[in-house]
Amino acid sequence: MNMTARREADATNERPFYRQFQPEALKEALRRMYLIRRFEEGAEDSYMRGLIHGTMHLSIGQEASAVGSCMHLGKTDYITSTHRGHGHCIAKGADPKLMFAEFFGKEEGYCRGRGGSMHIADVESGNLGANGIVAGGIPIAVGAALAIKKQKRDDVAVSFFGDGASNEGAFHEALNMAAIWKLPVVFVCENNKYGMSVSTERSMAVEHVADRAAGYRMPGIIVDGNRIEDVSEAVMEATARARAGEGPSLIECKTYRIRGHSKSDRNRYRTKEEIEEWAAKDPIRHFELELIARRLLTESDVDTIRAAAEQEIAEAIDFARNGTDPSPDEVTRDVYTIGPWA
Amino acid sequence: MNAPITRELTYSQAIQEALAQAMDADPTVFLMGEDIGVYGGAFQVTGDLVHRYGEDRVMDTPIAELGAAGVAVGAALAGCKPVFEFQFSDFSALALEQIVNQAAKIRFMLGGKISVPLVMRFPAGSGTGAAAQHSQSLEAWLAHVPGLKVVQPSTPYDVKGMLLAAIDDPDPVMVFEHKLLYKMKGDVPAEPYRVPIGKAIVRRAGTSISIVATSIMVHRALEAAEILSTEGIEAEVIDLRTLRPIDRETIIESVKKTGRLACVYEGVKTLGIGAEISAIVTESEAFDYLDAPILRLGGAEAPIPYNPVLEKAAVPQTDLVVARVRDLLQGRV
Repeated sequence: MNMTARREADATNERPFYRQFQPEALKEALRRMYLIRRFEEGAEDSYMRGLIHGTMHLSIGQEASAVGSCMHLGKTDYITSTHRGHGHCIAKGADPKLMFAEFFGKEEGYCRGRGGSMHIADVESGNLGANGIVAGGIPIAVGAALAIKKQKRDDVAVSFFGDGASNEGAFHEALNMAAIWKLPVVFVCENNKYGMSVSTERSMAVEHVADRAAGYRMPGIIVDGNRIEDVSEAVMEATARARAGEGPSLIECKTYRIRGHSKSDRNRYRTKEEIEEWAAKDPIRHFELELIARRLLTESDVDTIRAAAEQEIAEAIDFARNGTDPSPDEVTRDVYTIGPWA
Repeated sequence: MNAPITRELTYSQAIQEALAQAMDADPTVFLMGEDIGVYGGAFQVTGDLVHRYGEDRVMDTPIAELGAAGVAVGAALAGCKPVFEFQFSDFSALALEQIVNQAAKIRFMLGGKISVPLVMRFPAGSGTGAAAQHSQSLEAWLAHVPGLKVVQPSTPYDVKGMLLAAIDDPDPVMVFEHKLLYKMKGDVPAEPYRVPIGKAIVRRAGTSISIVATSIMVHRALEAAEILSTEGIEAEVIDLRTLRPIDRETIIESVKKTGRLACVYEGVKTLGIGAEISAIVTESEAFDYLDAPILRLGGAEAPIPYNPVLEKAAVPQTDLVVARVRDLLQGRV
């Protein structure tokens, strides 16, 4: 087949996602999904072995929405994230070494060990931070979008949040302001069916989070959150709309967290069958099979990517374990920027 | 060279001038709040600024304190310097999540990688007949939060200078403005200037007792001091000006000189700023200089009532300061 004919065939039959991104970008997306998965498995393992304290919220099973959304973002675009934010952080370009160092509470960590899992941020890559408060990051993303508009930049802000956050007042206030001021912001809801233990059926008056977009006169799009192509195409359209000055969009990614809410979860509110049903829709495996079907990857390429991710995470954990503990004398460091009390 | 021009402005005109000069000097400064545009603000502080600077820089927000405060935090993180007006300080209760959990902590939680250059203005205090949900003095709440700075300017001169200092500051600064001060007049230089955050000032020198007061209580303490002076009691009146970071040295030095301390503030007495001022003295070398128990005059342990007689009774008035200080000096405490 000559190249022209192939491009025409692609243009007519292929999905926009596979036309938009070069094979290298698609492989990089798969690599990041693996990094997220291995990062969280490594975090869980470190916790079980007593190497790290506190708690953590794992997004295993939700990797497609994080990576699919961030594929459209550059360094100067912003994201705000959630308590379940490791995936967003890696998807936006963070270094797992510095993330693990943060997890281990070390000076080398992204937040010098002061933030931990729930506050990991990588400001240089445009990640304004995970957030321990449900819906806390949503108005902050709207504010970042307001700044973008004031500064006449071509950037966007993407706010990740869960289904539970859409019941918070901050969500509604933020969407309203984004809409009336036509701000360049994309609201990406990862609906994993439960706000901690309470299902969306029990906590939401509408069936879909996306239904709420109508109240703020913005597009509300529902996608299969376990299919990276579906997420990415919706975000592609929403970011284009935002960058063109046409205002915000709300995208609802239907997904599922395979692990419990946090380390205290005993899974009393859902069935084993439900968990297994969703585990079978694994977003990483789905993407691999799509890439293999398009001959962009072989099974052996996949093994190589997976092994490299495992290696990178193992090295990151080693790096973190050997990090520097903060000095107790510096407990008030960075509370303020300047002054004798800084 | 011409001498610097100083003229008489009201407290609210001084705020407006500071806001205008800050916007003139720095294109990243903008104002947001409820009805601050064509309405001019509930207390006419922003006045006609919207006509001079446009709606992009004098932004009316929906009535959504939590969301709008979050928008201000986000804009501050992304290169702007928002000056946020709460219509009444009471309404900040709706926005505490963004103030306390986000603005105050982001720099710390992120290991110092980013600052939150946010200024928030709080019209506060009683005396306007607006009753319990429009009259509170909540400054001590926010002064309890590391990461915030909290100021209470008491004069037109100070409010202009402290507001400009707050806008310069890279961290979140909460500016509490007593509503009864808005019409107060005083000399204000036309040029921009700064009054440092974290420095108290001695408004009246004296030897008999140190009265540490905040906001409108500074003026009541000064009135009381003049009356007491006719009885031979010379009170030193300190305007605290900043609750966080608090100026320990000025308080300690004054009490070492006078040997007595009274704290006068409008916020609820118990667990209020008076407790902190007292503790600063008792924890320091000034303790050894105390000749009498410490006197705290604060707000009643009640919401602010509507009835005007009750409303006055709920917060310290000048005659109460006179009577209680006189009692203390005469050993009747």
